[in-house]
Amino acid sequence: MKLHEYQAKQVFADAGIPTPASQLASDVDGVVAAAEEIGYPVAVKAQVQVGGRGKAGGIKLVEDEEEARDAADSILGMDLKGYHVDRVLVEEAVDFTNELYVGITMDRGEGKPVAMVSTRGGVNIEEVAEEDPDAIAREHIDPSFGMHPYQARKAVYDAGVDRSVARDVSNVLMTLYDLWESRDGADAEINPLMVTSDDEVIAADAVMNIDEDALFRQPELAEMEEEAAGGDELEQKADEYGFDYVRLSGNVGIIGNGAGLVMTTLDLVDHYGGEPANFLDVGGGAKAARIANALDMVFSDDNVESVVFNIFGGITRGDEVAKGINEALEQFDEIPKPVVVRLAGTNWEEGMEILNEDLVTVEQTLEDAVQRAVEYAEEVEA
Amino acid sequence: MSVLVDDDTRVVVQGITGGEGKFHAEQMMEYGTNVVAGAVPGKGGQEAAGVPVYDTVHEAVEEENADTSVIFVPPAFAGDAIFESLDSGLDLAVAITEGIPTQDMARVNKRLSETDTRLIGPNCPGLITPGEAKLGILPGNIFAEGNVGLVSRSGTLTYQVVDSLTNRGIGQTTAIGIGGDPIIGTDFVDALELFENDDETDAIVMCGEIGGEDEEEAAAYIDEHVDTPVAGFIAGRTAPPGKRMGHAGAIVSGSGTGTAESKINALNDAGVPVGDTPEEVADHIEEFLD
Repeated sequence: MKLHEYQAKQVFADAGIPTPASQLASDVDGVVAAAEEIGYPVAVKAQVQVGGRGKAGGIKLVEDEEEARDAADSILGMDLKGYHVDRVLVEEAVDFTNELYVGITMDRGEGKPVAMVSTRGGVNIEEVAEEDPDAIAREHIDPSFGMHPYQARKAVYDAGVDRSVARDVSNVLMTLYDLWESRDGADAEINPLMVTSDDEVIAADAVMNIDEDALFRQPELAEMEEEAAGGDELEQKADEYGFDYVRLSGNVGIIGNGAGLVMTTLDLVDHYGGEPANFLDVGGGAKAARIANALDMVFSDDNVESVVFNIFGGITRGDEVAKGINEALEQFDEIPKPVVVRLAGTNWEEGMEILNEDLVTVEQTLEDAVQRAVEYAEEVEA
Repeated sequence: MSVLVDDDTRVVVQGITGGEGKFHAEQMMEYGTNVVAGAVPGKGGQEAAGVPVYDTVHEAVEEENADTSVIFVPPAFAGDAIFESLDSGLDLAVAITEGIPTQDMARVNKRLSETDTRLIGPNCPGLITPGEAKLGILPGNIFAEGNVGLVSRSGTLTYQVVDSLTNRGIGQTTAIGIGGDPIIGTDFVDALELFENDDETDAIVMCGEIGGEDEEEAAAYIDEHVDTPVAGFIAGRTAPPGKRMGHAGAIVSGSGTGTAESKINALNDAGVPVGDTPEEVADHIEEFLD
């Protein structure tokens, strides 16, 4: 779960990380009022969950009311890489002399958190990592002790941060780690961390991704998630249902259990000349209602021309899956799109007895099921 | 021969009074696994799935000589349950639970390095030695006794590939689902080492997926240390790049790794053929065994 910039900044500011004065606004007058209170110049920043907002016209620096109105007009309501912009952050424009990068994430290879600092902030840090990995100082943290102050200092000095601000940057990094740890962060980043001519450091952007699996113990952040919801309608629906779902551009809807098997099903659709419309993993142990929800999801995508249901039960049971498929399909007078079902594994025989075969096409193997679904989709296209 | 599990393995099921714990404890026993106890805080003295339940894993070790745990504890408490297994001196802990917070697993990972217990998982289907014992949720009926070792990051993909093998009459020594989470116990390299040293294992299947660099590391290990022929499969060739990939996560190691392409290339360079479909993986194994 990714917080919006304004939410992450609030979390950071509450913890004591300096951030520019800012206000959220959702209409033109609100933008102007906020700008006047903060004082020009201000930045008007679209609050959507995509990278590269600046280049896409989602961030504008304005000097006066007229420019503020123009910027608000052009940004509010715009479509930014598929996301509708309905809120902007109006923020004090900071006069900086330097831009740094600081971040905390989990290094899965090491199985440990890692703190990162670079003097090449304000740019695409992924490109820096690729072109010049040594430009980013890294310090691994023992998760049972947390970050020691010396480690923060070491990362800061290793990165070559100017001595005049090293102490402040170390403090920001320590605070960022504490937040990352206490809020179950997946990533916490500031890029850029601006350095002003007075040697102050200010977080000009804020990124906070929360570990979805830990939201149960982060009730405040879970509330923010509801506020943060936005973007693709189907992906929102998937969030409500609690599915791992990714919308794609093809026409063969795909439902399966387990990320690896669902990805394999996608790969096979591609292998047999079709195009996947989505990735949908119902997860482990799905009961009938969840299976019915999954079908509802995929039917809601207008691009879908056929559906392949690939279940290989372990903890998931074939009888529950069959019940769910019946439940979802029996409510239609006419099935909207052909559904191909392949059931294997735990209780698959019980499932096959329950499954209403008037409503679906049954195939025994993954390969046959995928080919049949691709054929159905092609028939519609033809 | 087999690796890690056989019919002498003495299993304590953590969470045996829960729905999944009870169902799969029974399934394991039906398969022939020697389940000797359950462990559920507050439920000590009861019986579940026909075995005694203890409040702690320590008691199950003392009273029933349990040496292995299988963990069906909800995610909020599963990290603690794994710690309990590690601190009880078990040989092996198998964590089935999906959705354990990553920071909990980072702490588990630290403790793991300080103990002699081997951890499989979490978020995995477990492991099985066909005809002897299964630990976890794998559907026993699709497996067959034989000479192919299998290691996989994805549970359901394991079943798919095993199904292809068994349908051709190719059985397995042991199949290990290591789990797809960012932080896991036993990884590809550990499993490959076990199979390489197992006299009964004549070929190995390794199923990976996009994300992380474990497959690239495994490829390097195979190149150096593995003489047993290995066939691979990588799921996620068509997965859209960038989705669910954390920004900071991608810069830890630079980029260019973690994609299906980089994994397939690394495996090919190590002499491992990678199938386009699960059936093609079985084709390769068939050729190795001929």
